[in-house]
Amino acid sequence: MATEGLQLPAERDVGRAREATFSPPPTRVIRPTSGWAPLDLVQLWRHRDLVFLMGLRDIQLRYRQTLLGVAWAILQPLTATAIFTVLFGRLGKLPSDGAPYALFALAGLVPWQLFAYALQQSSNSLVENRHILSKVYFPRVIIPIASIGAGVLDFLVSLVIVLAAVAFYRVGFGWRIALLLPLSLLALVSALGVGLWLATLHVRYRDIRAVLPFLTQLWFFATPVVYPASMIPERWRPLLGLNPMAGVTEGFRWALLGTARPSESLLAVSVAASAFLLVSGLFYFRRAERTFADII
Amino acid sequence: MAPVTIQVEKLGKRYRIRGAGPAYATLTDSLADIARMTGRWFRRTPAPLRSEPRIFWALKDVSFEVRAGEAVGLIGRNGAGKSTLLKILANVTEPTEGSAAIWGTMGALLEVGTGFHPELTGRENVFLNGAILGMRRADVLRRFDEIVAFAGMETFIDTPAKHYSSGMYMRLAFAVAAHLDTRILFVDEVLAVGDAEFQRRCLNKMEQVGAAGRTVIFVSHDMAAVRRLCSRAILLDKGAVVADGRATEVVHGYLHGGAIHGAAIREWRSPSEAPGDEVARLRAVRVLDETGAPAPEIDIRRPVRIEVDFWNLRPEMQGSVSLHLFNEEGTCLFATNDFTTEAWRSGPRARGLVRSTCLIPGNFLAEGLVTVNAAVSSYRRVTVHAIEKEAVAFTVVDRSGGDGVRGPYAGAWPGAVRPMLGWDLGTLEPEVPGVG
Repeated sequence: MATEGLQLPAERDVGRAREATFSPPPTRVIRPTSGWAPLDLVQLWRHRDLVFLMGLRDIQLRYRQTLLGVAWAILQPLTATAIFTVLFGRLGKLPSDGAPYALFALAGLVPWQLFAYALQQSSNSLVENRHILSKVYFPRVIIPIASIGAGVLDFLVSLVIVLAAVAFYRVGFGWRIALLLPLSLLALVSALGVGLWLATLHVRYRDIRAVLPFLTQLWFFATPVVYPASMIPERWRPLLGLNPMAGVTEGFRWALLGTARPSESLLAVSVAASAFLLVSGLFYFRRAERTFADII
Repeated sequence: MAPVTIQVEKLGKRYRIRGAGPAYATLTDSLADIARMTGRWFRRTPAPLRSEPRIFWALKDVSFEVRAGEAVGLIGRNGAGKSTLLKILANVTEPTEGSAAIWGTMGALLEVGTGFHPELTGRENVFLNGAILGMRRADVLRRFDEIVAFAGMETFIDTPAKHYSSGMYMRLAFAVAAHLDTRILFVDEVLAVGDAEFQRRCLNKMEQVGAAGRTVIFVSHDMAAVRRLCSRAILLDKGAVVADGRATEVVHGYLHGGAIHGAAIREWRSPSEAPGDEVARLRAVRVLDETGAPAPEIDIRRPVRIEVDFWNLRPEMQGSVSLHLFNEEGTCLFATNDFTTEAWRSGPRARGLVRSTCLIPGNFLAEGLVTVNAAVSSYRRVTVHAIEKEAVAFTVVDRSGGDGVRGPYAGAWPGAVRPMLGWDLGTLEPEVPGVG
C-alpha cells in the first residue's frame, strides 16, 4: 500500500485505537492542521496529469468560439505596439536606447503581456474554479499553476512575431537569444508569486477582481515597457529591480535588440524579488488553503 | 474479519455562520454592510434578514470504523452533518478536532460531473473529469471506450457538451464516476438524478466493485436505496451519531423513531431564522385534521389539511407554494402546487404573512409514514425561494372496518396510494351458455 510520504500519521494516535490488531500505517490521516505548511511536492507530482489537463482546458477554451482564434495572440501586442509607437514614440518622443521605437516597445510588451495575463488568470483562478474546489480534493496550488498555461501559449505565438520583427529590422540575433528562456521563467515566477497572494485573498475578498486592473495598470507604468530604464538616474536603477518585471523587460530588449545591458545588480535584485514573491506566496497560500472550501 | 479501512475518531467541525465572526469582520465587510443598508433604505424594502454571527458545530464527537467490503449508508435530516462528514473524509475541508485515518486509495463523488465544461467536447470532459476525480490519464485512456459505451454516447463524444441534453450530460458524467476504481468510495446523494434505468445500472456497477472488497460510504435521503445498497447505516442527528447498525433496522428506526416522528407542526418564529430568501420565508408547515387539530397520526378515511404559512416579501414575484409527499421508501407520492387555484391566478397575493392550505381527501393516501417537503417557488424564471425538506411528517393508519378501500380484506394492501375510486357494475347477459 502506498503511503503518502509527507502525510504520515502521528503513530501514537492511530495506534491507541487499534493496538490489538497489527496493521500497516494508514494511507492518509485527516486531522486539523495549523501554522505554516511546506509545499507537498510528492502530492503535486502525483497530480501532474491534472495540472496538464487543467492547463489544456484553459488553452482549449481560450479561443473557442472566437472568430479570429489564436490570431488574437498576435493582434494584441501588435495593436498595443502601434498605439504606443504613436503616443510615446512619435508624440512623446521617448528615447528607445537606439532601437526603432516600435521594435523597442514590442520587445518589452511581449514579456509584459505574459506577466499580466498570467497574473490575471492565477488571481482569479480559485474563485473561477470554486465549484471544483468545494467538491473534490487535490493540492489546491494546481489551480493557479495550471491557469497560467494559456498565457504561455499566447506568449510563444507572440514571441514568433517579435523574432520576425527583429529579423525584419535586420537587428540580427546573437547568443543572447538563449537568455529569453530564463527571462520568461522569471516573468512567470513573478506572476505566479503575486498571483498566489491575490488568489488567496480573492477567496475571502472579492474586491480583488476590481483591484486587479488598477494594479496591473500601475505596474505597467512602473515597468520600463514604453520607456527605457536608462531614463531613470543611474543610482536608483538597482531599486528598479525590486520590480522583477523591470529586469525581465530590460533583459528581453538586451537579448533581442542588443540595447544597453542591464546591470548585474538590477538582474540580481529582480531574481531575488521574484523568488521572494513566489516563496512567500506559496507559504501564504498553503496556510490559507485549508479553509478555502469553507469560505469560498 | 476484514481489515479496517476507515477509522474516525472524535471528529468535530465548527462553522461560523455567515462568516462574520471576529476573524472575518473586516473593513470591507463593514463598508459593504453600510452600502447594503443604505440601498435598502432607499428602496424601502424590509430590514436585512441577518442573523447574528454564531458558532455552530456541524459535527461533534463522531467516531466509528468501517471495514473493507462494507457499504455504509449515512442518513439523517438535512443539516444533520452527513455532507460535512463526507467532505471531511474526502479531504475537501478540514475537521476542527479529532481525526480520521484511511487505509487504501480513496475517491469521492460529492457531485456528478465536477469540472464538466459546456464548451469542451465529451471526450475532453471525460479526461478532465477523470483527472479531477483522481484518475490517471493513462487509466482513463485505457478505459475510455468502456466509459463511452457505458454511457451510450459513441455518436456524440466529440460534440461540445453544451449541445447535450441534460440526460446525456448526466449519463456521461456518471459513466466516468462509475469507472472510478478506488478501494474506498464516498458518494453523496448523486444518484438522485438521471433516468431510473441508468441509475440502476450505475448502482449495479458500484455493487459489483463493492463485492470485491470495496468500502463505500453513501449519503442519501432515499431510504429505499440505502436499504438496497448498504449493509449498514449510520444515523446522524445534529452532528452526532445517534444510531449505527444494520441498514434495515437503522432506517426503520429513523423513519418511525425519534428523528422526525410526531413532527406534525414545524414553525419558525422570525424570518431571519426561517428558510427562504428575500422573496419568501417560511413561517409554518402544519398537518391538521378536519377539526384543525395537529395530526401526527391520521385515520386513512379522514381528510388531511397541510397548511403552509409564509412571509410574502415580494408579492410581484408571484411565489407559489408546492408540496412534495414521500412515503417511507422515499418514493414521491405526488407533487402539488397552489398555482392551480383561481385565487392564485387572479393576481399577486398580499404582502405579509399569507397561508396556502392543501386539502387531501380521505381514502386517498396509503397507510404508513408520509413526509412532506414544502417550498415556495416562482416560475417566470424558475426559482425556489424557500424550501424545507422533510418539513413535517405524519402517519396514516388504516383502522377501517369494511368501509375503507380495503373493504373486508385485512391482509397487506399494496400500492403507493390507496384511493377510493368509482366503479361501474353491470350485467351483460343473464344466462351463461351451457350451464343450466
